[in-house]
Amino acid sequence: MSIAWYLAVSAIVFSLGAIGVITRRNPLVVLLCLELMLNGANLALIAFARMWGNGDGQILAIIVMTVAACEVCIGLGMIVAIYRRHLPIDVDEMRELQG
Amino acid sequence: MSTTTWAWLVLLFPLLGTLAMALAYTVTERALPGRTAGWIGTGAIFLAFLAALAALISLEGHSPSHRQLVSSLWDYASTVGINARVSILVDPLSVFMILSVTGVSTLIHLYSIAYMDGDRGVTRYFAYLNFFVFSMLLLVLAGNFLLLIVGWAFVGAASYLLISFWYRRTTATRAGIKAFVINVVGDVGLVLGTYFIFSHTGTLDFLQSFHAAQAGVFGGSAHGDLVAGCILLLVGAFAKSAQIPLHTWLPDAMEGPTPVSALIHAATMVTAGVYLIARMHPLFERAPAAQDVGAVIGAATLLIAGTIAVTQTDIKRVIAYSTMSQIGYMIMGVSIGAYAAGLFHLMTHAFFKALLFMAAGSIIGAMGGEQSLDRMGGFRKALPFTYGCFIVGGLALSGIPPFSGFFSKDEILLVAGERGGWHWALYAAGYLGAFLTAIYTFRMIFRAFHGEPVPEARELEGGHLHHVDVPTNPATGEVEDTDVGFPGPNHPIAERARPMSVAMAVLAVGATGIGLVQIPRVDFVIDDFLRPTFADSPTYNSSGHTSLLIAGLLLGTALGLAGIAIAYYVWVLRPGTAERVRARLPQLYELFVHKWYFDEAINLLVVAPAAAFGRFARDVFEPRVVDDTLIGGTTGLVRAGSAAVRAVQSGFVRYYAALLVLGVTGVAFYFLLQA
Repeated sequence: MSIAWYLAVSAIVFSLGAIGVITRRNPLVVLLCLELMLNGANLALIAFARMWGNGDGQILAIIVMTVAACEVCIGLGMIVAIYRRHLPIDVDEMRELQG
Repeated sequence: MSTTTWAWLVLLFPLLGTLAMALAYTVTERALPGRTAGWIGTGAIFLAFLAALAALISLEGHSPSHRQLVSSLWDYASTVGINARVSILVDPLSVFMILSVTGVSTLIHLYSIAYMDGDRGVTRYFAYLNFFVFSMLLLVLAGNFLLLIVGWAFVGAASYLLISFWYRRTTATRAGIKAFVINVVGDVGLVLGTYFIFSHTGTLDFLQSFHAAQAGVFGGSAHGDLVAGCILLLVGAFAKSAQIPLHTWLPDAMEGPTPVSALIHAATMVTAGVYLIARMHPLFERAPAAQDVGAVIGAATLLIAGTIAVTQTDIKRVIAYSTMSQIGYMIMGVSIGAYAAGLFHLMTHAFFKALLFMAAGSIIGAMGGEQSLDRMGGFRKALPFTYGCFIVGGLALSGIPPFSGFFSKDEILLVAGERGGWHWALYAAGYLGAFLTAIYTFRMIFRAFHGEPVPEARELEGGHLHHVDVPTNPATGEVEDTDVGFPGPNHPIAERARPMSVAMAVLAVGATGIGLVQIPRVDFVIDDFLRPTFADSPTYNSSGHTSLLIAGLLLGTALGLAGIAIAYYVWVLRPGTAERVRARLPQLYELFVHKWYFDEAINLLVVAPAAAFGRFARDVFEPRVVDDTLIGGTTGLVRAGSAAVRAVQSGFVRYYAALLVLGVTGVAFYFLLQA
């Protein structure tokens, strides 16, 4: 099967994730969509690894997963903290960093 | 010890004196007790005088052709094309100068011990005084242009410190600032002149510069750069020696204590210009135009200052204008090649002018600080010693034989006559000036000492020295602040203060007899002594017309006596004559009494435009251009730029994410299109 199919699926998953990150306001969903983006990228990496027949891409994919796990840890922790303070669960409300 | 070692010692002692007094003051945080500072200062200068004598004796041990010795302590800056050393040049000219400077300064220091008694700033005073002498010695001993400029600037700074010594008086601080600013104009002239010369000779050393000039680096006669350089050096000389139009600081400098006036006029400052021209004679002789400028300005100054002195009423200002006039003779003399005569006059003038100032200090003391001739009179019996000193100084200044001024002044004019041509105008100006000199000198003496005794004189005859209850500034009549920086309650007179009378007696003897070292056709001490310095000068050995010489001596004596006779007639025999003459010639009187309107002219031409420019800069340029355009423009630009950038930082996380995605997509498309 041509690699183009794998890449097409990867691109679709990535784009769906990106659209989700941009359009959704619930931080939980934003995190989920981020995961989608990461896994879209992982799919592409593994597809390329298969194509070349070596393990580099797979190693990279495992690193990405590790990073994603860390990121989810922190992200979920922040969401719980926000929830406990009874702040609105809405990314648009969290804009103290504006210039 | 070698000659140059003695010369270094001459520099060392006054410097040590300054540092000792300054450090003692700083460490103990109080003034030295009693007259300690005075004796330290006097001792330091006296040791310098002894070292100068030793240098003289040691220099005489060399053969005449080897009497130009250079000694260098260390390299100040040694780079490509320039080698500035801390070096001194010991030759007959500089030894002559250090002897005059230290000798007269010692006596002035001695006089100051009594004169400044009771002034709370006396330690500071003597520290400044020693520094002043050190600066002048550095100036005359300098072996290269760099050290000369350093000494030149030090002298200006020291004069500023001493003129505004009584800093509670606004008149004194203003006078100090004026002296300093005008001297800086001269400093700029000196530095630029040095540059013009250095750009051709390639060395800062005096002797090497002169050799280069003799070797012809300036090409044929009167190279433009050399003339420009010499005229710029003259600007420096005019500012320091108070020649028109840079003379206005000198009369104002009378705000300083009287011994300071004596020091400025006799030894350490105004003679620097004369020395400079004499020292640079190998350059000036190759730039005749510059020599002519110097001669004409000198002649003009001696006449103008003489006419002003006739109308002034402040006793110290009369003497100040007479100094200007006498320095005019010297500048004229050294500019027309009469080096020995000009320097001889410098030495005799140092004696009688210091004497006159000291005597004036004594009579000011008797008046309780008052300086106006209008209020003085009849002090002959009350101050017999001061009167005698005034007479000796006045006769020497007027050029009456056998007093010292007689021989030196006539020698300068003799050389002017020998040069012929338009120099006859200088000759005439010189004798006219001599006539004026006799008039104003004896006007001053007759007004202060003859006539009806004023109350202060009567009080002194009764044995009591006049004291004022409320001290006022003699210049403005303001009541004075009696804190530090005020003349002090005591006003000593020479009759009662031993150091003052000793100093004045020594000077009186000098003013009487010093002229005998060089009598035309009889002895040539100064001529012979200075010959090694001026060996290369074609005009040094004048042929000498005996008839012209005798005519000049007779004319000088006659004019001097005539001036004294006129002064006697006008101010003693017929006291109202002066007022009648004044009523007859009101315009002339106004011109003279307003000092030929030089202050007004300088105000109008220099000070007012500068002040107007300053106001323009403050009121228009700074708010509009600097604040609004430059600073406002820059901050506005930064603010507008940052506002645009700040707008991007909205704080919306999704917005950032969208930008990120867009950016990455954009980059991706770019590379795709490239591929």
